Amino acid sequence: MGLKSKVIQLERVKAFWKTLLGVSILTTGCAKLDTSSVSRLELIQNRGELHCGVSGKIPGFSFLGSDGNYEGFDVDICKAMAAAFLGDDKKVQYRPLTAPERFTALKTGEIDVLSRNTTFNLSRDSVGGNGVTFAPVVFHDGQGLMVKEESNVLSIDDLESSDICVGSGTTTEQNLNDTFQEKKLSYTPIKYQDLNQVIAGYLQGRCRAMTSDLSQLSAARSGFENPEKHIILNTVMSKEPLAPASIGGDQKLSDAIRWVIYALIQAEELNINKKNINLKLVEAKSNKNLTTLRRFLGVDGALGNKLGLENDFVVKIIQSTGNYADIYTRNLGPGTSVPIKRGLNALYKDGGVLISPPMK
Amino acid sequence: MKLRIHSNKRLLIQLLVLLTIISFLGVVLNNLVINLIRTGMGISFNWLIHPTGFELSEHAIEYSPSDNYVKVLLIGWLNSLKVIIVSLVFATILGLIAGSARIGKNIFLSQVSSAYVAIVRQIPLLLQLFFWYFIGFLNLSESGFAPLGSIIELSNQGINLLGVKLSAEFSAVVLGLTIFTGASIAEIIRGGLKSVSKGQWEAFRSLGIQESIGLRVIIIPQALPAILPALTSQYLNLAKNSTLAIAVGYADLYAVSDTVITQTGRAIEGFTLLLLIFLSFNLIISIFMGMVNKLAIDKNIK
Repeated sequence: MGLKSKVIQLERVKAFWKTLLGVSILTTGCAKLDTSSVSRLELIQNRGELHCGVSGKIPGFSFLGSDGNYEGFDVDICKAMAAAFLGDDKKVQYRPLTAPERFTALKTGEIDVLSRNTTFNLSRDSVGGNGVTFAPVVFHDGQGLMVKEESNVLSIDDLESSDICVGSGTTTEQNLNDTFQEKKLSYTPIKYQDLNQVIAGYLQGRCRAMTSDLSQLSAARSGFENPEKHIILNTVMSKEPLAPASIGGDQKLSDAIRWVIYALIQAEELNINKKNINLKLVEAKSNKNLTTLRRFLGVDGALGNKLGLENDFVVKIIQSTGNYADIYTRNLGPGTSVPIKRGLNALYKDGGVLISPPMK
Repeated sequence: MKLRIHSNKRLLIQLLVLLTIISFLGVVLNNLVINLIRTGMGISFNWLIHPTGFELSEHAIEYSPSDNYVKVLLIGWLNSLKVIIVSLVFATILGLIAGSARIGKNIFLSQVSSAYVAIVRQIPLLLQLFFWYFIGFLNLSESGFAPLGSIIELSNQGINLLGVKLSAEFSAVVLGLTIFTGASIAEIIRGGLKSVSKGQWEAFRSLGIQESIGLRVIIIPQALPAILPALTSQYLNLAKNSTLAIAVGYADLYAVSDTVITQTGRAIEGFTLLLLIFLSFNLIISIFMGMVNKLAIDKNIK
């Protein structure tokens, strides 16, 4: 090769790298950090559809019904939000997610809201942790253990050096460890990624006990062949306040979600439910003295507008899903396949812990 | 001149491909950085030295929940390595037997082995793992049964082989990976042996050399160059497929990382580590197979 052609080649290589550099700068420069960032709430409203992440596998909470639609407590929470944000509780797209997937789905924007038996705790809420924002607690749960009647296990102490089936990537795993460590009991966790596998492992005798939230244990047991042959132990290993979550750092969206939940509770406090909402609305419109009711239902004031919603968003919610008690009774009430006593999930005035801040 | 145009065109195409790749990576990186800023999380690896707070069912070295994430990832790595090496050895043996059986003279063995290859290669590995675990192992009774006296005992808790206890999860993953990869290896062995020209077979047979010796001394050395590269890629596949262990509850590297990532919320860092560590498995296999390859070729030249 002559000197001349060598020089040409060198020039070519140089030009090549220059172009490369130019293009990479160009492409990395094209998407800018939008500091005036638009809230996801507006995104949802423009899209005309709410993307809601659910489990899809827990009867009573979120489960694919026989008609092919999702139903359950968590699903109704999604519906309430869609009714409030879009005026129509059918404008929801449900995304079934596993436990390890859920926060990534929120962060990447695949879903707007997570309504999936998610425990509210510090690590998940904080910026240095999972960095999501939690709405008020919608269901106060606790973690329990289920064993087979024939195993003769009566308390957690009988589970010394047993295999225990547990879902991976959940707070359940950590609570199990904390409880057993405190009691100085040894155990072997058999971890599965999915609740259905946990149940299969337990039913097939891989483990002496399975652990999960009490609500999920009751839900799982309702699907067993002989539910009465399985005992949920009295030990409650943790408090599990379950709450919907949205992406961190989006106040407009998280405020709107928060007040949808409070509206459900407030409606129960005011005894406004799915049956009487239209009557109450007529009553509010005709009687100017009912100021609290008029404000709540959006007849007076602009509570909805402050949140970026229609002023009558509460009416829309109650018309579609009813109040908190309606949702609870429909999915977890005595007549359902997963009856769970209201317990802590009753209103404060009925001995529970649910309370809504004033809606003014 | 014609040649010159041709090479320019080629250069242009290469440049375009490269630019596309670089732009794509640029966009991905850019989005990543912006999303990190938006959610207020930088990239940090400090969490690695915090205690994990979760127990593991299987650990080759001592471990307690007060140990840190580095240690738990190391244990996950060892668990994966264990599964990969054991399956790799068994799959190779199974593949050798099935592959040779297919071209052997015994019609019964050859039919059995071709049925095995046909069935196993057409069922997804995940389904096979579920089958071996939930239907195979967990359906066994708790007390277990011992088909070969005290040598081996099978129960729904796993295998007890001469006093060494292997969990049901580990056994199911090894069984699944072995049978699945064994089928592909069998095909590679068969193809390799077939690639040796018929004349070579006839030659050693006509010289009165025993079948097994002829195979070992004459056929296999000639088949190796065709077998080894494909075999390497099967081994690499096996290592990657081992991540499906999570489906049957085995605490491999991926399963451990899965818990680590959800607990710490450090998805980007966690997955980066996971990618790098998996690269390590495959580099080990590649380097090892490279050495085997060189040895085989050197031997052939001599």
